[in-house]
Amino acid sequence: MPRVSVEVDGVRYDDDVEPRLLLAHHLRDRLGKVGTPIGCDTSNCGACTVLMDGLSVKSCSVLAVQADGHEITTIEGLGDGRTLHPMQRAFHEEHALQCGYCTPGMIMASLDLRRENADPSDEEIRAGLEGNLCRCTGYQNIVRAVRRAADDMRRSDQAEEAHR
Amino acid sequence: MIPAIFDYVRPSSLSDAVAALREADEEGKVIAGGQSLLPLLRLRLAYPEVLVDVSGLPELRGVRDDGDSLLIGAMTTHYEVIRDPLIQAHAPLLAAATATVADPAVRHRGTIGGSLAHADPAGDLPAVALAMDGVFVTSAREIPARDFFTDYLTSALEPDEILLGVRLPKAYTGWGFHYEKFHRTAQAWAVVGVACLVRRTNGEVAEARVGLTNMGPTPVRAYAVETAVADGPASRQAFQAAAQDAPDGTSPPSDLHGSAEYRRHLAQVLTARALAAAAGA
Repeated sequence: MPRVSVEVDGVRYDDDVEPRLLLAHHLRDRLGKVGTPIGCDTSNCGACTVLMDGLSVKSCSVLAVQADGHEITTIEGLGDGRTLHPMQRAFHEEHALQCGYCTPGMIMASLDLRRENADPSDEEIRAGLEGNLCRCTGYQNIVRAVRRAADDMRRSDQAEEAHR
Repeated sequence: MIPAIFDYVRPSSLSDAVAALREADEEGKVIAGGQSLLPLLRLRLAYPEVLVDVSGLPELRGVRDDGDSLLIGAMTTHYEVIRDPLIQAHAPLLAAATATVADPAVRHRGTIGGSLAHADPAGDLPAVALAMDGVFVTSAREIPARDFFTDYLTSALEPDEILLGVRLPKAYTGWGFHYEKFHRTAQAWAVVGVACLVRRTNGEVAEARVGLTNMGPTPVRAYAVETAVADGPASRQAFQAAAQDAPDGTSPPSDLHGSAEYRRHLAQVLTARALAAAAGA
């Protein structure tokens, strides 16, 4: 079995894996990173979205062997257990979830879109999240949350800059 | 679902990769980004015995300026294609069509080579390669776009042949361009798509190129439309008239998303829109 070395949320893991093992299953079943859910079998839903070297990917559509040598960030790598990441906080405060199943993927995809666009419009947010399906909130609150988080993050970036 | 068992190799040289495919004796499959292949494996619609990962081959990387053409490496991701300055300057139609492929996460992993070699007639890039008279550069030879797509999900690639990249001529630099895609939901495949290039002189259309997505088992060139608009006015009326020929010689599928008749109608409507947008009319 091929040996795979991945850094997940800042910790390096070396494992022998079957070539057919999907990254999503590697994260959940082997590394215990169950914050990343699996929602569909067709790559449509985006629930399992994580960042690979900083870019969003659907972890059900990546083999663990393809992640060899790469850095993965999951939803579990955002907060520190006590403080929420601004994107998590905005989802909480704007009630951007009901059942919460799509939320980890939504948040990771939102961070990806915010990486490229610090001040996204509603339309740009919707385009950035087109690979993520939510079947209960109806997206309005999700869009609002991403806009709020982007505003918060921009403000804190500016404050940090002024402080320097 | 979990894919069936397969072996996996990631060669670091092209000759090793070709040898691995040869050894697999038609039971091997090349994997690039895997965004088309992995869903097929998960649904167990494909059963390769060996996956040959080409991500480690330097020959498939980068976008190169070759003077009168661009050579776009097969492993160039959709994300990279959209942002590449050479592609934006000389093949903006490709960037525009690529921006409509799937969704951001898929575009981060999916590659131009994988997408073209997959030869899905509903894919957005084959029609662009065909409209631009691209040339497919492989480990063994060069194949013109019109000979590359042979049937539904089938290309001219031999089982032990690897696509290195696609060569797009710079001849279309400065032409008006547009990719018109009709789909019912975000990230869905095109029901029909139209890739269009228009060269204008003195307010008229000098010439045009039109490629159609999902109007048959392979991408299709709408030559009749190209002839009809050449040396004519750049008006919406003229484009609508010319677009009536768009379904000529096509054999669109009937499926869940629309009947063949509906697709023929769509091809006319979308071709008129694409011509108008590309010509700035």
